Amino acid sequence: MQYILIIIAAIFVNNIVLTQFLGICPFLGVSNKVKTSMGMGAAVVFVMVLSTTVTWLIYTYILAKFNIEFMQTVTYILVIAGLVQMIELILKKISPSLYQALGVFLPLITTNCTILGVALLVIQKNYNLITSVLFAIGMSVGFTLALVILAGIREHIDKLSIPKGMKGIPIVLIIAGILAMAFMGFSGMIK
Amino acid sequence: MNNWQNFTKGILKENPILVLVLGTCPTLATTSSAINGMSMGLATMFVLVLSNIAISLVAKIIPDKVRIPCYIVVIAAFVTIVDLLMQAYVPAIYATLGIFIPLIVVNCILLGRAESFASKNGALASAIDGLGMGVGYTLALTVLGAIREILGSLSVFGWKFAQGDGILLFVLAPGAFFGLAFLIALVKKINK
Repeated sequence: MQYILIIIAAIFVNNIVLTQFLGICPFLGVSNKVKTSMGMGAAVVFVMVLSTTVTWLIYTYILAKFNIEFMQTVTYILVIAGLVQMIELILKKISPSLYQALGVFLPLITTNCTILGVALLVIQKNYNLITSVLFAIGMSVGFTLALVILAGIREHIDKLSIPKGMKGIPIVLIIAGILAMAFMGFSGMIK
Repeated sequence: MNNWQNFTKGILKENPILVLVLGTCPTLATTSSAINGMSMGLATMFVLVLSNIAISLVAKIIPDKVRIPCYIVVIAAFVTIVDLLMQAYVPAIYATLGIFIPLIVVNCILLGRAESFASKNGALASAIDGLGMGVGYTLALTVLGAIREILGSLSVFGWKFAQGDGILLFVLAPGAFFGLAFLIALVKKINK
């Protein structure tokens, strides 16, 4: 039960994009079409779960053990960049079809702050390994959810007449704001 | 382009957030008040100027293929310095900004300037570019923070100018999106 709560809290109550403000760049950049946003979301789920596991292990068994926690930022960013590159190579060899679907999004993910953010958050919150992985699953699914919802709305706003100055990024931000208001309804659901 | 133009372009014409729309995550997350927004802007500016200088100096030595990882390590080193300094000297602000200080590493502005400016220009020009971009970023964050603080809690820089509660929505998440949306639209209009 406790584990289910962690996942639900991570997806809805503390939605990574709409309440924590992580991953706004891909949220605005890759939300033109539902299909591409699904691909991006899947890639994020995949990479985030893997990278959180790896960075958690590195922190606990190397950084904390030798008292070099201050190297956290530098280590994490290198590990994540390396990991993404490795996933890309492995996917290309093992599953070309999956690579076709996720390939384009993988390089973009290195600079996606959700990945580094969640890796840092699980350490800050003192989660153990299982909780960390579940937290990463919840957070990445929440990211995908927000992205797909926004893309679904954006596919329709092209047909509307929007004031000239609000075209492009401003109107997307307004929609995101309204979405954030909707997600605020979830707050208080889990204490 | 002379140094003055190089400096001022970051403030309005190529403002990193309001025109280029880079580095939006900390912009939205840390601008719940003017002070928070300003401190985030200053921390980013510090890293930006130093990393721009360092990268412009080493850009010629780094092989082209591994330049991005190298830039990221340089940036991460400066971010760690800021992180430790803020933890030691301004613990209250460090606590409110929280995770967004280490996350300066993945702020697209830093890598963007390193790639598009510092790697091709000298140390002085890069420092000025970093300073200009940093000032533009700090200004945008401070203005957005002030707007949200005025509407949300009826105060500016912590000074309460009226009694009562503001529109709480503006301090919360949705207000950040709305505020930034109107600010971008406004700058679009001014730049035209």
